[in-house]
Amino acid sequence: MSQKILLKVEGVSKNFGGVQALSNVSFDLKEGELLGVIGPNGSGKTTLVNLITCFVKSSSGDVIFEGKKINKLPPHKIVQLGIARTFQMVRPFYQLPAYKNMIIPLYSPRVKKMIGGKYGDRDAVALDFLEEVGFERDSFVAYKSAGSLPQGYLKRLELAKAIALQPQLMILDELFSGLSLAEVAGIIPIIEKLRGQGISIIMIEHRLRELFKIADRVIVMNFGEKIADGTAAEVMEQDSVKNAYLGTESTKEETDNDTST
Amino acid sequence: MKKRKERINRGIKVRSGDIYALCSWQEMLYLSGPRIFPFVLFLLLPFVLGIYWQKVLLSVAVFSLLAISWDILAQSGMISLGQSLFFGMGAYCAGIMNHYWGMSPFLTIPLATVAGGFICTVMLLPVLRLRGIYFSMVTLILPIMLVRIIEATRIFGGTEGISGMSPMPSKWIELYLVLGVLLGALFGFRRMLDSDYGLVLKGIADNDRSVTNAGINIYLFKAQALFISGCIGAFSGAFMTHVYMFVGMPVFALDYSILPIAAAVVGGPGTLAGATLGAFILVPLSELLRGVGGLRIVFYGILLVVFIVTLPEGIFHYVQRKYNQFERWVEVDR
Repeated sequence: MSQKILLKVEGVSKNFGGVQALSNVSFDLKEGELLGVIGPNGSGKTTLVNLITCFVKSSSGDVIFEGKKINKLPPHKIVQLGIARTFQMVRPFYQLPAYKNMIIPLYSPRVKKMIGGKYGDRDAVALDFLEEVGFERDSFVAYKSAGSLPQGYLKRLELAKAIALQPQLMILDELFSGLSLAEVAGIIPIIEKLRGQGISIIMIEHRLRELFKIADRVIVMNFGEKIADGTAAEVMEQDSVKNAYLGTESTKEETDNDTST
Repeated sequence: MKKRKERINRGIKVRSGDIYALCSWQEMLYLSGPRIFPFVLFLLLPFVLGIYWQKVLLSVAVFSLLAISWDILAQSGMISLGQSLFFGMGAYCAGIMNHYWGMSPFLTIPLATVAGGFICTVMLLPVLRLRGIYFSMVTLILPIMLVRIIEATRIFGGTEGISGMSPMPSKWIELYLVLGVLLGALFGFRRMLDSDYGLVLKGIADNDRSVTNAGINIYLFKAQALFISGCIGAFSGAFMTHVYMFVGMPVFALDYSILPIAAAVVGGPGTLAGATLGAFILVPLSELLRGVGGLRIVFYGILLVVFIVTLPEGIFHYVQRKYNQFERWVEVDR
């Protein structure tokens, strides 16, 4: 792994009216690194992703991608720079067959620029990408309308749409949520393969066991603040994380103290 | 015993679905028939019809174009309630060019088409970010606003409008021009909506954030769809200016907004052919009902309701399904 820093988040804050969703969050992402972001519900993980991809504009702070400030750009420009994301709630085009869903990312200016012209037949390329994420070639799954696909395939489709953009940084927002263990086991090799290609990945995840197997580094969020940063083992040792995330061990003592004072 | 309806593709549909369609003339005819039919129809109709129905045919073609223009916008997720904005803008552009600058109809129509489309796009650019009903409301307001502006400032003839436009050289040129443009728009834009470009437009209607997430600037695509739709509407306006030899405030009337929507919905939205079919049914229907007298609008409304209740999917979708598939009753096995 090279030590070059790909993405630098510097003290970003975001408030929606009076609600402080993120306050002064900073972290770095090295090239080729797989960073896990964990935290309880409502701790600002998805807001963080929305800030990096500029779907939401930050109240203060900077996001720097490859030495360039990106936090004032429109969202489609971010994608063109090489940051692709998946959505926590899958967002397929329900009317279209699964492989037609892939045409839209393949139509993207970024893809056109990278392959220097047009794909001869986007349908064929779409099927290739879908096969890569586990839409079997010899079945009809890829031709079914996205509305009739089960959740597992929709998540894979979402992943394939991000892969098709050939990004340098991929942000996977709760990719594993709602999937069975077997389905997760099927997706992990795909992620490992992407890392092998040198793509940096940020994964937001609630499924800690699966995440810790593949993550190089983990940051923990709570109430919009970063409370820990390190390898999975290091992070889970910290008391603040235990309190915030797992939150059971010292509760009784604290309540005892509270009543005594 | 419970039964349910099963739909199966006709044998000929399956056989003609691939390169093998070239193997027999039946399959080729099956494929090309529905596509050749409008060409033959449009070529022959002007000969068959009398003077009065030729005028009706003109109006059918114009409403078909407006319905196509509405359908393209709707496919890109913009439900417009103001096709009369496009129509009126084209009409006034052509009128001004002809009356004040003395251009011939063959110059004003193409110029007004592009200029009208451009002006409409610019007028709607600020509201491109709006979705759903909010966009619709703005499109509804704009033509009403323009009427009041013309009334209050008395520009371009004010309430009386501008009359004495140069007419088209002959009624045959008139008819075949508008029918030719209708065919071109119908087949051309159908093809466009089936292409990858059209897929992106449909994607915006379905889920615009997902399209943004593919690095595509949705506002650019929406503006392009708006321009295309605006041009089609402006053409029909510019054309009608030279047919009536008059342009005035009625070009912003609600008829030009509502009838295209009714045509597209009755015919079946999303195919453009449905919109055309809808106009070919609704406009002559309204003419036929003239015999009824005062209650014409009531009967018209009742028939409209009947169409929509019995065939909510749209006539074109229904016909297309019957053409491609047959139905049979099968027992539900349990």
